Amino acid sequence: MRFLFKTDYEDDIRLFPHSGYVVSYGLLLAVLLVAPYVLSSYLMSQLVFVCIYATVGVALLILTGFTGQASLGHAAFLAIGAYTAAYLQKYNVPFPIYFLAAGVLTGCIGALVGFPALRLQGIYLVIATISFAFIVEEILARWESVTNGNEGMRVKALSLLGVTVSRDSPTFYFLCVAVLVLTIVGTLNLLRSPTGRAFVAIRDSETAARSMGVNVALYKVKSFAISAAITGFAGVLFAHKLSFISPEMFTLQLSIEFIIVILIGGTFSLHGAVLGAIFIVMIDPFLTYLKDDMPGIISGIVATFGAGPATAGNVQSKVAAFASLNGLKGAIYGIIIMLFVLFEPLGIYGRWLKIKLFFQLFPLYKRSTFKRQKIYVKSERNR
Amino acid sequence: MLDFVQQLVSGVALGCVYGLIALGFVLVYKATEVVNFAQGDLMMLGGFFAFTFIGMMGLNYWIGFAGAVAAMALFGMLAERIVVRPILGYPQFSIIMATIGLGYFLRSVAGMIWGTDDFKIETPFSQGVLRIGSLVLAHDKLSVIAATIILCALLWLFFNKTTLGTAMRASSENMLAAYYMGIPVKRVVSTVWAISAAVATCAGVLLAPITFIHSNVGLVLGLKAFPAAVLGGFGSIPGAVVGGVLIGVIESMAGFYLPEGWKDVAPYIVLLAVLLLKPEGLFGLHARKKV
Repeated sequence: MRFLFKTDYEDDIRLFPHSGYVVSYGLLLAVLLVAPYVLSSYLMSQLVFVCIYATVGVALLILTGFTGQASLGHAAFLAIGAYTAAYLQKYNVPFPIYFLAAGVLTGCIGALVGFPALRLQGIYLVIATISFAFIVEEILARWESVTNGNEGMRVKALSLLGVTVSRDSPTFYFLCVAVLVLTIVGTLNLLRSPTGRAFVAIRDSETAARSMGVNVALYKVKSFAISAAITGFAGVLFAHKLSFISPEMFTLQLSIEFIIVILIGGTFSLHGAVLGAIFIVMIDPFLTYLKDDMPGIISGIVATFGAGPATAGNVQSKVAAFASLNGLKGAIYGIIIMLFVLFEPLGIYGRWLKIKLFFQLFPLYKRSTFKRQKIYVKSERNR
Repeated sequence: MLDFVQQLVSGVALGCVYGLIALGFVLVYKATEVVNFAQGDLMMLGGFFAFTFIGMMGLNYWIGFAGAVAAMALFGMLAERIVVRPILGYPQFSIIMATIGLGYFLRSVAGMIWGTDDFKIETPFSQGVLRIGSLVLAHDKLSVIAATIILCALLWLFFNKTTLGTAMRASSENMLAAYYMGIPVKRVVSTVWAISAAVATCAGVLLAPITFIHSNVGLVLGLKAFPAAVLGGFGSIPGAVVGGVLIGVIESMAGFYLPEGWKDVAPYIVLLAVLLLKPEGLFGLHARKKV
C-alpha cells in the first residue's frame, strides 16, 4: 500500500493524488477509445446510454449527493434539454449553439425551481420536484405548436462542423464520452473549489454552514442550476441517440431510474454515478440473456444430477414460463433496490472501497470501519 | 348549480379515497418519521385481496372485506419487519428508496399473480342511488365519504385517547427517549404499519366500484395521495383528509370546468402554490430545532 503524506493544503485537493491514478484512468480512457472498434454495435449503443445516464448521475450527485437536496424531477430537466435541441434543430441552428442553449435554458429553469425549493426540505422538496416534473410533462404534451404534443418530435442526426454524425457512429460515442469526461472533471474541480465545499457543508448541517458564513440560499440555487444544466446537456445527447422524443418518455419512472443510478453506484463519490449507470443500463440485456438462456442452463444442471430427460424438459418449460412472466423485470428491480438499501448502502463503489481496504490492511481489517451510525433522536420535523 | 354540486360530491368522494391513502402515509410518518412510498401499492394489494376473497372465492362482502383487512394488516407487519426495521434510524433518503423498491416489487408481483386486467368488486352499494330533488348521488360515492368519516374518528380516538396512541406519539418525537421510558418501540412501529396497511385496504375496497382495481392503480392514486398528505401538512391526520378532499375536488372541478389537460396538473399547481406560501402545509406543525 502507498502512504500519502500530505504536508500542505495543495496536497489535499489535488485532482490526482498520486501517479497510480494517472495510470489507471489513462488505461480506462484508452479502453474507452478503442471500444467502438472492438465491441458489437448493440453494446456500443448501450455504452452511449451508459455515458448519458452517467452524466445525469453526476448532475444528480451534485444536487442530492453533495448538497443534500433530494430531487425526483430530473426527467423533466432531461426533457427540457432534449426538446430545446429538437426545436432549435428545426430552424437549422448549428449543433454547438443549440447544445449550449439547451444547457443554459435548463440551468435557468433549474434555478427557478431552486428558488421555491429554498423554503422546502425533505419530503416537501421531493413532492415539489415531482409536481414540477408532472407539470413539465403536461406542458410538453399540450404545447403542440412547439413540442408537437403527444405525437412526439423527430430529431435529425446531428451535424458537427459540416459532417453528419449518425447516432450509431463511433464519433457520436466519442462525443458522449467527451461530454461525460468534461462533466466529471468539471464537477471534480467544482467540488474542490469553495462552492463545492459550501455544498457539502450545507448537506452536512445547514445551521452550521449558515453560522460559518455560507450563503445557504445562494448555494442551494446554484446547486440546482448546475445540476439542471448538466442534465440539459445530457438531454441533447439523449434526444439525438433516440432520434425521436415524446412526452411519455420523461416520466417519474425515469426520474426514479436516475435516483437508482446514484443509489446503487454510491452517493458519496463520482465513481458511483458511472458504476450505477453501467448497472442500470446493463441490467436490461442481462435480464434478456437470463430469460433466453436460464431455462437451458437450469435443465442442464437438473440433468447432470441424474434426473431423466423428461423431468429436465419439464423443468425447462417451467423455468421458461416463469422467466417470461410479465413484470418479472419490475420485481427484480424492486428486490435489487431493497437489497442495496438494506445491505450495501454505500453502493457498488462502497463495496470496491471495502475490498480495497481489506487488502491494504489485510490482517487488521475491521468490518465496523464502514458501519453507519443510526440516529434515533434527530427529528426532521424540527429544523 | 346542479352540475356544480354533482361534481363537488364526486370530487369529495374521490378525495376521500386520496385522503384514506394519505392517512396511511401520515400514520407511518407520525410514528416513525418514515415516508412510505409503497402506500398506494399496499392499497392496490388490499384491493386484490378483497377481490380474491369476494370475487373469486365468493365470500360475503363484509366477511371478505374483514378478511382482506386482516390479511393486509399482517402483511404490513411483515413488510415493516423485513424492509423497514433494519434501516430505521438511517437518513430519510435510504428509507424512501427502500419503500420505492418495495412498491416496484409489489406492483410487479401483483401483475404476475392477478394479471394486468381491470377487476371489479361487487359491493352492496354499487347499484343504489340517492335522489334529493333532481340531484342524483350514487351510493358507492356516499359510502366512501361515510367510511372515511368513521375511520378518521376511530383513528383520532386511537391516537388521542389510548395508551398505545400516546406511545406512538412519544416514539415519533424521540425514539430513543421513548425506548428508555419503557415504551416497546419495535412493537409500536409494527402496529403502526399494520394499521396503515389496514387503512389502505379500506381505501382499496371502497375504491373498487369507482375506479377498477388493476396492478398500477396504486402508483396512480399514490401519486395523488402524496400531494394530499403534503398539502395537509405531513403528520396531521385531519390535514391528510382535508388535503385529500381538496385534491379530489380540485381535480374534479378542473376536469369539468377547465380545458382538457388541466385535470391532471391542477392539483400539483395548487400544491406548489400552497407550498410556496406555507411550506409546512395547511395543518403542519411549525417547530424549530434548538441548536
